[in-house]
Amino acid sequence: MTAAIEVTDLTRRFGSTRAVDNVSFRIEDGTICGLLGRNGAGKTTLMQLLTGQDFATSGDIRVFGETPAENARVLQNVCFIKESQKYPDDFRVKHVMKSAPWFFQNWDADFAETLIDDFRLPLDRKVKKLSRGQLSSVGVIIGLASRAPLTFFDEPYLGLDAVARHLFYDRLLADYSLHPRTVVLSTHLIDEVSNLLEHVLVIDNGRIIIDDTADNLRGTTTTVVGKASAVDDFAHNRTVLHRERIGGISSVTLGALSPADKREAAAADLELSPVSLQQLIVQKTGSPASETEISA
Amino acid sequence: MDDSRPIFLQIADHIENDILSGALPANAQVPSTNEYAAFYRINPATAGKGVNVLVDTGILYKKRGIGMFVTEGARDAILAERRKTFPSEYIRPLLNEASNLGISAEQLATMIMKEGKR
Repeated sequence: MTAAIEVTDLTRRFGSTRAVDNVSFRIEDGTICGLLGRNGAGKTTLMQLLTGQDFATSGDIRVFGETPAENARVLQNVCFIKESQKYPDDFRVKHVMKSAPWFFQNWDADFAETLIDDFRLPLDRKVKKLSRGQLSSVGVIIGLASRAPLTFFDEPYLGLDAVARHLFYDRLLADYSLHPRTVVLSTHLIDEVSNLLEHVLVIDNGRIIIDDTADNLRGTTTTVVGKASAVDDFAHNRTVLHRERIGGISSVTLGALSPADKREAAAADLELSPVSLQQLIVQKTGSPASETEISA
Repeated sequence: MDDSRPIFLQIADHIENDILSGALPANAQVPSTNEYAAFYRINPATAGKGVNVLVDTGILYKKRGIGMFVTEGARDAILAERRKTFPSEYIRPLLNEASNLGISAEQLATMIMKEGKR
């Protein structure tokens, strides 16, 4: 497989803060990749670096094999939908749609029109007067209809209602099936998007802490619940990612369990339950004190 | 879709269930990867992986340029496999819970007979 994005030892410093701290990763061409992490983790900085809107302090970025900074060949193939895109003051929605093809050679005006109907966007309204959700749908429509070989969605659905979000997922999947391309999706709504993702990158404090396929991450962790003593015995000699205790009941999150491990747990009367991608990320990026004790 | 198992395996299970129920008879064309992706709202590559699992196990076969089809004898193969795993998947957990509740295997058998008659 060829890489759409290849990053080596990338660092971006603002004063003494390392917003992106010596990260290396690659994103395969033609995949939908999730870029996940907490507020201020470095997601947006990373995307700005990847789209040539910011300059690296050190390290190397390759987008379609070339450096993106000030490189028209790369940037004409890239669409970056920002959380709060600014438009000229007197721009109406129809002006945004009219100017989009100037930037995106694959722009599909018919598709954009369908999406405008789907999202019920008023064409004549000034962009300034749009609600937060409507402004987000403008971004979503541009991102989808641009059909750029590499599309970034940075928290694309602030203020979007549940109907509009599902519309976005459906249209993204359908269009991606017909026109395969690389999509990087940055969001906090992990549970909603986890099934759409093929690859997951989790960034925390400027560092990549998870870089794996969504399939591998699913089922790699298990929560074991039961009598505290039994849980402690079972967790002994195993890596504990997270531990909670209430009264005499204990709950630990462990790495992958083999079928033999599962039988052992069942024999010890322990209950096993899966950990969702969202829980996994919350636990990995949560407070460093992994031991939370609740007194009964 | 639940969280405990890789989605592609769940897709494979869904297709197997459809074959068992007769919704997908032998030599019927199964929906395309993109149709599965849209229906279950999952990544098309994941759906494709699920379909490929069944190609590898001989449940589905590929007609190049047309799509995936159910093999002759797929239903029997799935039945045999599921019957083989039935004790560990269903009986063992049932016995474990029964023993927690102080129900013996004999009592359980009686309960099953009684429920089966309803």
